[in-house]
Amino acid sequence: MSDDTTRLFLGLVAVLTTASLVAGVLSFRSPTPLPATLENLNARIKAWWVMVAGISVAFLFGTGGVILLFAFVSFAALREYVTLTNTRLADRWTLLGMFLIIVPTQYYLIWIDWYGLYSIFIPVYCFLAMPALTAIRGDTSRFLERVSEQQWGIMLSVYCISHVPALVTLPIPGNEGRGLLLIAFLIATVQGSDVLQYIFGKLFGRHKIAPNVSPSKTWEGLIGGIVSASALGAGLYWLTPFSPVEAGVLAGLACIMGFFGGLVASAIKRDRGVKDWGHLIEGHGGMLDRADSLVFAAPVFFHIVRYAWT
Amino acid sequence: MANGASLLQTAAGAVLAGLSRAVTGVRPIWAGTGPNGRQRIYFANHASHGDFILVSTCLTPPERARTAAVAGADYWNAGVARRFVAGRLLRTVLVERNWVERTADPMQVMLSALDAGQSLIFFPEGTRNMTEEPLLRFRSGLYNLACARPDVELVPCWIENMSRVLPKGAVLPIPLLCRVVFGTPVALEEGEDRKVFLERARNALLTLAPNKDGTRR
Repeated sequence: MSDDTTRLFLGLVAVLTTASLVAGVLSFRSPTPLPATLENLNARIKAWWVMVAGISVAFLFGTGGVILLFAFVSFAALREYVTLTNTRLADRWTLLGMFLIIVPTQYYLIWIDWYGLYSIFIPVYCFLAMPALTAIRGDTSRFLERVSEQQWGIMLSVYCISHVPALVTLPIPGNEGRGLLLIAFLIATVQGSDVLQYIFGKLFGRHKIAPNVSPSKTWEGLIGGIVSASALGAGLYWLTPFSPVEAGVLAGLACIMGFFGGLVASAIKRDRGVKDWGHLIEGHGGMLDRADSLVFAAPVFFHIVRYAWT
Repeated sequence: MANGASLLQTAAGAVLAGLSRAVTGVRPIWAGTGPNGRQRIYFANHASHGDFILVSTCLTPPERARTAAVAGADYWNAGVARRFVAGRLLRTVLVERNWVERTADPMQVMLSALDAGQSLIFFPEGTRNMTEEPLLRFRSGLYNLACARPDVELVPCWIENMSRVLPKGAVLPIPLLCRVVFGTPVALEEGEDRKVFLERARNALLTLAPNKDGTRR
């Protein structure tokens, strides 16, 4: 493990320890039973410890570990997504194919670094094969709706998320052997910006951006989040091949994309009448509740880096 | 332990519970009761042969060890593999549904399981529901059990989504999130009519179902 990995790990532990201490003091001072917000904050911080531990273990196993980790993230996200869609008996083979063939194939293609195929496997070949398979089964009731829901689900939960581990395959000159750190940078800035938007929103939130979609998303939270996440990104430039300014700009962009990811996820949840995607992560909800911002940020980040740095 | 599960059965139960968690992420929702160690009959809606696995996954390990599902002998006695799974691995309480040819009275089979201290997972519709209706009419079995063993708690359990995971005839499950909602226990009242009780029990189960528009509580 390189010195930078150790530094990043120690930094994360320090941040989480601070968060746990602050939440502990707040909980100690607050009357019992604890108010719901504090209860949720404690659960969230606890879940962060588990998530950071999980990611760290994956990083210990190198590229293979990270690819496996994100294949699992895709599996969990897809499962939550499909649960909320209209499925009929005739969709069985398509759905099984999504879980048993598309998820493993996409991540295998990333493992063997076949950029030409993994970037079109889902949007071209699965895009055509899935409705064909559904049509063969002959059930035309709500056909368009079913097919669209499946395709969008596979794009969001598998294609987009798979661009996080794909970062490791980018041949950036001078960055050999440091691909995992680039992934760490993306995850840290996107997840950090989620937390920062949440904090700024809770502290200063007044003007709602889209009250019909998400009452918790405010201009104050978004702007505070972008500025602070850019600063965070600039501060983490040593993980990347970027200069501090470039790192800050990319982090700000990832933060904006992450905001849209969260907004779209909220719109889907509102449409289906649920508050959370699932219950996988205590205090956060489901996998997609945690990964929605990464879904939008990862492919954009990937292509900008690929275009400008390789 | 006379009525306890063998090591093989405990292991099989744990493996099945692990599998069903991996595929469905199932989580119990205790809405009206909790695990309390009392002997129970869990009565649930039935649309998939995976239903009883889902309910037993939601129970605490000691409760899982003493809980057996009531299932149709015609299905589970057909073939060596099914008989091994039902009899040896899962200790299913098999009842014969075809009353013309049957050799053992289903009530006697279930009552002797209860008298041995077991809790039961019971599907009062009597068969898998293949209709668009959320819940079929209840057969008399639940009423007869409640009359015969009034001390046993009757807990309604609404199984959500399992019919999409593993519909009739399917072998491979589709991974979808499932929940089991455990409601307030129903008790037979003094002198209560059979039909009234069955309707009340059915409604107790139906109120646990998600709303018509698909929203969940």
